[in-house]
Amino acid sequence: MADLSVGASSLADVREDYVALTRRKRIYSGILLVIFIALFSAGWQTADDRNAGNFRDGFTNVFDYPAEVLGEAAQKLDQLPAHLVNFFPALIETINIAGAATLIGTLFGTLFALLSTRGLALWPSLIPVFRRIMDICRAIPEIVIALVLIFVLGGGPVPAMIAIAIHTTGALGKLFSEVSENVSLKPVEGLHSVGASWSQRMYLGVIPQVGPNFVSYALLRFEINIRASAILGFVGAGGIGYELRNSMSWGQGRYDEAAAIFVLLFLTIVVVDQVSSRLRERLTHGVSA
Amino acid sequence: MSTFSTDLGLDGLKAETDTLFRRKRLLNFGLPAVIAVYLIYVFFSFDVPGLWQRASMENARTLVADSYSYKTHVTRDNRSGEVKIAIEGERKGSYPAGEGPDWVSIGETTIVDLGDGHIVTFGAEEVSYDVPGYGLISATPGRRGVQAVFPEGVIPDWISASKNRVAITTDAGRFTITRNRAEVFRYFTGWELFWFTLDSPYYGVGPGALMGLAFSGEAGEIWSDFWNNPMWRHRDVAWAIFETILMAFLGTIGGAIIALPLAFMAARNFTPFAALRFTARRFFDFLRGVDALIWTIVLARAFGPGPLTGALAILVTDTGTFGKIFSEALENVDKTQIEGVQSTGANAVQRYRFGVIPQITPVLLSQLLYFLESNTRSATIIGAITGGGIGLMLTQAIITQKDWEEVAYYIVLIILMVIFMDWFSGWLRRRLIRGDEGGH
Repeated sequence: MADLSVGASSLADVREDYVALTRRKRIYSGILLVIFIALFSAGWQTADDRNAGNFRDGFTNVFDYPAEVLGEAAQKLDQLPAHLVNFFPALIETINIAGAATLIGTLFGTLFALLSTRGLALWPSLIPVFRRIMDICRAIPEIVIALVLIFVLGGGPVPAMIAIAIHTTGALGKLFSEVSENVSLKPVEGLHSVGASWSQRMYLGVIPQVGPNFVSYALLRFEINIRASAILGFVGAGGIGYELRNSMSWGQGRYDEAAAIFVLLFLTIVVVDQVSSRLRERLTHGVSA
Repeated sequence: MSTFSTDLGLDGLKAETDTLFRRKRLLNFGLPAVIAVYLIYVFFSFDVPGLWQRASMENARTLVADSYSYKTHVTRDNRSGEVKIAIEGERKGSYPAGEGPDWVSIGETTIVDLGDGHIVTFGAEEVSYDVPGYGLISATPGRRGVQAVFPEGVIPDWISASKNRVAITTDAGRFTITRNRAEVFRYFTGWELFWFTLDSPYYGVGPGALMGLAFSGEAGEIWSDFWNNPMWRHRDVAWAIFETILMAFLGTIGGAIIALPLAFMAARNFTPFAALRFTARRFFDFLRGVDALIWTIVLARAFGPGPLTGALAILVTDTGTFGKIFSEALENVDKTQIEGVQSTGANAVQRYRFGVIPQITPVLLSQLLYFLESNTRSATIIGAITGGGIGLMLTQAIITQKDWEEVAYYIVLIILMVIFMDWFSGWLRRRLIRGDEGGH
């Protein structure tokens, strides 16, 4: 309809150009796809070669172990409630590790986030320092800190708690500082004008604005931390993971205990996930409403 | 300022404000109080005061000192009189017989110079340690124990002496003598033998000279001596890091590939059958609920330890997580775009390809890359359980409780690896998602 007047080129030329462009684009994506598939399959091949058992032999046995455990548990079904009660304190310990670590991580994460947000920071020149501290806290896997602390402090829940808290501080700090960047500065300025100190400005001016978001992120982190605390237990930091490893190392004949722990862990994770996703839904929708 | 249409009187308003303030105050003080009570409960339930007593400061000191320094052992077998010198006391770090660093002179009597005037002498019968400012300590090991002679006065607390063993710890080093052997440790800062071990001809060659040798055709040997360093095992470490990243890569991408078609099944606007939707969703919940720890254990039973097990464990867990995220993204897809594609006469496949996929690609990619980074960390942890990658090397080094410099090295490598993956996934995300906006 409109005259695009692309020089002397006719409709046929434009069409040809377009087709060539499309073809080239398609060839590029094709090449990328082939490279990707080659990398991906070579990766699986390498992983398979370096594994103790290979995929083809192992694949048929995937359900052997669960079947064995469940079979034995089914035989001793009458003992299951006793085991569940027995391991409940260990489960509580795992939840406590996650809970305390999330709380401590949230507190420090909030502090670091506020100190590293432009406009809110107490010492603006130190913002990059606090950012790097958070980056490093986030980068260290929990297991590294936990294993080192187990060596110094001995086995138990505290090394796991400290390790998870450090990681949580870094992870939440980053999310929190993204949230607090969008904060309205008016209440902060208002409080400043009446002589409020930095902590008063943050507590009264910023936290009420970001509170629901912070709590929502902290709940999400709590879900993740429960899993992390179970895993750290497995490497010697107490809680349900530790019991799981013990009952597994007993081998056959004690699989009913392992099954009870599997059940407890599964139920805990599902319940915490459900409850926290409900709560988060309410929190975030409360904010937008 | 503004008027409130309220039929409460002044007192009523006051009362209402009071309630409001009371509730606020309750929340303001109540919430921190609840948190504080919980933390106090955890404090005692975790037995933190007891922990403080059980904590081993000795271990902490060894750990810190060992992570940045190394010690050279000079050991004399008191029976045969043979002197051995080894870095960290390991066979891989031993000097050839009759050779040693320049602060040890081996001969009829071996003299070990610990620096600052501290001299240890291994004589034919007698062993002595000259501590400046204190005096000469001499000891004769024999069948009936160790006869030690100290200077006049009270024995200071840095010397522990008993019938069978004398140990002296000074700033310059550590000296122990028992019936069977006399041993001196001298501490140095740094990671010794990091580049080459003592049996390599390139040990002690400066970087400049090394470059010269490399250009004159010895690059292959130099590289192989470094790469196969038995003390620091650079080749194994590089493989371990590669395995860890491989686990994360395979698990994340594989999980996403499996989760994508399943996510269509779980999305309300693509699957009209409630039963199918319900099944798909419960399947995702199950995969996520069982948790990576249990998947790792189950899969390790079937496939044995190694990177394949780790990759599959990540894949299975992430299929659940991705399924949930993708199906939520699919439910938020804009219908008009699909209808637009349909109006041009596109069939079902084309509708999905041009109407749906471009809409969810940014969400999909950014989640994928985010998980790639976080799974690098998970792969380290899973590796420690199943036995693969850098996680395994780290746990092994920690379990031996003596190679803390290797632990420090692995920790540094892990942190660098995670920071690199973080940076890489961020870079890729910026490129891909920006490129995507330009392309459509």
